[in-house]
Amino acid sequence: MMSTDNNDTKNTGSADENGQKGDILLEMRDVHIDGFSDEKWHHIVKGVDLTLRRGEVMGLIGESGAGKSTLGLAAMGFAQPGCKIVSGTIKFDGMELTKASENEKRALWGSRIAYVAQSAAASFNPAHRLIDQTVESTVNSGIRSLEEAQADARTLYASLQLPDAENIGDRYPHQVSGGQLQRMMTAMAMSSRPDLIIFDEPTTALDVTTQVEVLVAMRDIVERFNTAAIYITHDLAVVAQMADFIKVLRYGNEVEEAETRQMLTAPKEEYTKSLWSVRALTKPEETSDDVVIEIKNVDAAYGGSVKVLHDINIKLPRGRTVAVVGESGSGKSTTARVITGLLPPMTGEVQFNGEVLPKALKDRSKDQLQRIQMIYQMADTAMNPRHTIAEIIGRPLEFYHDLSGKAKQDRILELLHLIELDQTFYDRIPSELSGGQKQRVCIARALAAEPDVIICDEVTSALDQIVQEGILQLLLRLQRELGISYLFITHDIATVQAISDEIVVMYQGAVVEQGLKSEIMSPPYPEYTQLLLKSVPEMDPDWLTNLVDDRL
Amino acid sequence: MSQSNAYSATAEVGQLRERRSRWETIKLELRKAPISAWFGFIVIGCYLFVALFSPLLAPHGEAEIFKTPFAPWDAKHILGTDQIGRDVFSRLIYGATNTIGIALATTLLSFLIGGGLGLAAAITGGWLDQLLSRFVDVLMAIPSLIFALMLLTIFGSSIFSLICIIAVLDSTRVFRLTRSVAINVTVMDYVEAAKLRGEKLGWIMRREILPNIMPPLIAEFGLRFSFVFLTIAALSFLGLGIQPPTADWGSMVRDNASMIQFAKYDITAAMTPMIPAAAIALLTVAVNFVVDWFLHKTSGLNDEH
Repeated sequence: MMSTDNNDTKNTGSADENGQKGDILLEMRDVHIDGFSDEKWHHIVKGVDLTLRRGEVMGLIGESGAGKSTLGLAAMGFAQPGCKIVSGTIKFDGMELTKASENEKRALWGSRIAYVAQSAAASFNPAHRLIDQTVESTVNSGIRSLEEAQADARTLYASLQLPDAENIGDRYPHQVSGGQLQRMMTAMAMSSRPDLIIFDEPTTALDVTTQVEVLVAMRDIVERFNTAAIYITHDLAVVAQMADFIKVLRYGNEVEEAETRQMLTAPKEEYTKSLWSVRALTKPEETSDDVVIEIKNVDAAYGGSVKVLHDINIKLPRGRTVAVVGESGSGKSTTARVITGLLPPMTGEVQFNGEVLPKALKDRSKDQLQRIQMIYQMADTAMNPRHTIAEIIGRPLEFYHDLSGKAKQDRILELLHLIELDQTFYDRIPSELSGGQKQRVCIARALAAEPDVIICDEVTSALDQIVQEGILQLLLRLQRELGISYLFITHDIATVQAISDEIVVMYQGAVVEQGLKSEIMSPPYPEYTQLLLKSVPEMDPDWLTNLVDDRL
Repeated sequence: MSQSNAYSATAEVGQLRERRSRWETIKLELRKAPISAWFGFIVIGCYLFVALFSPLLAPHGEAEIFKTPFAPWDAKHILGTDQIGRDVFSRLIYGATNTIGIALATTLLSFLIGGGLGLAAAITGGWLDQLLSRFVDVLMAIPSLIFALMLLTIFGSSIFSLICIIAVLDSTRVFRLTRSVAINVTVMDYVEAAKLRGEKLGWIMRREILPNIMPPLIAEFGLRFSFVFLTIAALSFLGLGIQPPTADWGSMVRDNASMIQFAKYDITAAMTPMIPAAAIALLTVAVNFVVDWFLHKTSGLNDEH
């Protein structure tokens, strides 16, 4: 603790030399950025202004393709391969980055401007120890000696609440968890005490419970060292905790910019309001005694030894939605694999309409397979990139229902209509579709089989909030019209609120509780449910502060 | 009736647009292809033309024997005659058909064996994968030329056994490549989705995985073709490949190799065994140029903007 304080004062000292809090650090004027694809240049960012003062945190939000990341990187004077900064000025602490040479910019990067990427796992070199990577740019740019920098890294680890701060740096990237690695990356960015850090979706890939730890650590350290930051995300609740003010981007244009509280309470533009309204989606809960799928006393293991499911009991009522929630590694997806037969259970059984399903996939009849369909998290990898949409949707039709020729084509068009896409999609391939459209096609493929049950594995997690809302509304409508039951696996409580009738909470391969939505979401909670619910960011800028206060 | 007319019309328009766009992308890629790839395409095109129309192009028969052996180059025998008086130029042209045809058949067979087993091993996994992979390891541990010579001695060197033996030996490398690229695709969700749908192994192999691993396989096909070609030429040179009187470039080099020592008296005589050797070299180089370009294009490393 002593050393941390020490560090703090040291840094304040150096901040005094360089500039005061409130001085303009970064100024971007009328920035245009083009990207190259399909043999043509396209405008990605179309004239955005941005001003950031020392010690301020700016939130940059918008759906994917809005140009957030491109703009964030441009703040470093950097354009990704295939992109170029066409016009505009980018002034960092008085230095014009658009005219700076590669070497001048390289001297800034890692020492005065740092970048924290979305996937920490992909950003660390697996062959080097964490502490060596943490201090590398600090030592190379001559800010500190190796010993100093390593000692400082250990203090940073401690202040980021990493366990065993003295020795954790000696580990390799695969020896720490995802949340720890993301904090490591923050420590790496902080090591040189930069003036500006760019966080590019740093918590998007993390569980809610882990996300809270990382958010607290990042906010704390940014405040302590008085660093300016740009925080890029599509999660509004997260940005509400981190940012002093928020800028909303859409199609490469600025929609609006305002101070966080004002933006949350009184957004001006229609588009911003629509972003906010997503979280208002709710579904009145209903239940039913007619059980379509029942999982009874299931134990399952991978490779016959590592047991991942312990005595699972879940009931799925017909025409209803059961949401399975829990952090990653809690056995949610494994439960889905047991139901589909991909992972035969060791003990226990899965009943479908009262009869026991064969344990293994290969023993199930075509009819049994047809009744249970699955939709995946990543629509990109769930569709064969070489097949057209008609082939993707048409295959279950010819496979299960022996449709061909005109009957098949008509049914495909009908299904396209059902998922709110028009017939121009018929002969496109998946790479020509947006994320939300891809997920819709995956839904159509599941519907084509005419199933009783659809297992949805995190189907909205990879999507932006507006697109999420569209998909959830589509799923709700299909349930009303076709009476399909959903087993909805998710870690997002807002999604659960929007779609579920019942909730199953899972933790470390066991069911903590199952019940109606209203019962689970209100006290008294089992300990884990409480932690899970508390970890979900709310649209209240004080939420994180209150949470930290509660813990103390 | 009118409705069905309208339907077929739209379907046709759809197909037409699709087909044209694919053709356009091919044209676009070809226009951007470097000069080396163009050179490769032209050379391969010429070889294929000669191979297909050899009976029409050759001035004399494949095994037709003339009076003078070792005749010098002249108007009647453009490249002279060989040691028993056969027209070298005609044999060169017939050799194209035989050598390229056999090499192509061998490569196709080795891809059928290696590719099929590789895909099956990647999708099924488990003991089948282990068994096949270890068997391939054993085969690869034995030097292939010596192994081929041994097998050819046992089974006799007919064209059929030549194709089978080289195909089996070469399929080991195809197996390894196919298995390793297919394993990356088998873990994709769309393959799992196909399994969940109840699709059979054959469908998953052909429709889900094969289209996604085509680029490396096509590139490998070109390289394999070159190697098979060289192996056949080498075996023929050693006397265990294609048997006389069938013309092929490898044995043509062997038959006339002794003519090189006459270089100081007649340079054209020394050239006679060199020409089939050069024909082999040129085709190998051309195929490699095309493969290089194709690999570069599909590897995604050509983003220079």
